[in-house]
Amino acid sequence: MEFKDYYKVMGVARDATEAQIKQAYRKLARKYHPDVSKEKDAEARFKELGEAYEVLKTPEKRAAYDQLGRGPKPGENFRPPPDWGSGFEFSGAGAGAGDRDYSEFFESLFGAAGGARRGGHAFDSGRGESGRGQDHHAKVILDLEATLQGGSRTFTLRVPEIDAEGRLISTERVLNVQIPKGILPGQTIRLAGQGSGTGSGAAGDLYIEVDFKPHPLYRPDGRDLYVDLPVAPWEAALGATVKAPTPGGTVDLKIPAGSHAGTKMRLRGRGIPATPPGDLYVVLQIALPPADDEKAKAAYRAMADALPFDPRAQLGVMQ
Amino acid sequence: MRSAQDTLTGEIFEEYAVLSVDELSRLCAVDRTYIVELVEEGVLSVAEIEAEQWRFAGTALRRARMALRLQRDLEINLPGVALALELMEELDALRRELERR
Repeated sequence: MEFKDYYKVMGVARDATEAQIKQAYRKLARKYHPDVSKEKDAEARFKELGEAYEVLKTPEKRAAYDQLGRGPKPGENFRPPPDWGSGFEFSGAGAGAGDRDYSEFFESLFGAAGGARRGGHAFDSGRGESGRGQDHHAKVILDLEATLQGGSRTFTLRVPEIDAEGRLISTERVLNVQIPKGILPGQTIRLAGQGSGTGSGAAGDLYIEVDFKPHPLYRPDGRDLYVDLPVAPWEAALGATVKAPTPGGTVDLKIPAGSHAGTKMRLRGRGIPATPPGDLYVVLQIALPPADDEKAKAAYRAMADALPFDPRAQLGVMQ
Repeated sequence: MRSAQDTLTGEIFEEYAVLSVDELSRLCAVDRTYIVELVEEGVLSVAEIEAEQWRFAGTALRRARMALRLQRDLEINLPGVALALELMEELDALRRELERR
């Protein structure tokens, strides 16, 4: 298993004071909290950070961890020494099971239940009513096509469970879920009876919050979509009918004469197919033809000669 | 390990859910007084009052859970959570505005 350098994770010196460790934790927790952060690996970083803090803020755990020295080189195989843990008493053992999953490294040192309750991972569970199973909550990132067309997607979720010996373990659960067409970012798919079951009562539910990956063409804003459409200068100036992409397929779009860059055209009902459906906004971009041969250069020169055009007239820098 | 067999079909929770204080507190695994505090702090808004009972829209679930995580993980108090949520919403709106350009 891989040795974890908790000091490095927290960016503190090995002789950092408790106050310095707390300060570092607070700062990094705000940076990597999955609800706040836009960093790609925020979730993993936050989890690692929580684990590092759990060890370094607890004097007994920190002392025990320090005894290991600096460990093998990063990535090298690590085994706890045979006399590991003797002479230390860890408080907090047996704390709220069913919440956090720690790294293998942490669990080899402090046991699976050696941590305090702290959240921020993909899959956590709510307390069930007596006789009713627990509800579970998860978050998934979908491609935009999932909401545009519907269809099923397969997810792998990590589920904390208690094994036969009462240890907290983390298992993987593979789910095939039909994505409701028209679901919006931040909305939740409720799967009745897919939480934890109990012997007697009904199983809890599974709540899956969805978000979307950036799409190469469409940018969602609530139920509306935005798409950039490049047009030639003469198409914008003179008006034209051009092909434009929409989630439902290519359409012929009439560009009015006198359009400019940033002109927004609304195609009603062609956004995300929610109820009611969103709109598609086509935002015009003026694409300039390259002047890379004599013919093109001549055309530009002819335009310059023909048009008394000063693009900087508004800037008070008249020619 | 349970593996995928059939395709599971669910509903969009926010489209139909109307939640009482008890339902919301159960879904968030918190005491109902915590939900009342969230309302008093302006983090959650009551969608309607029915027979003198508060009713929340389904969107309250995500917001309440987010408030709970922020408070627990970052050790900030409720007014701080309310401020953080408002600023995060503003940031989201600005990011979307930027993307529309």
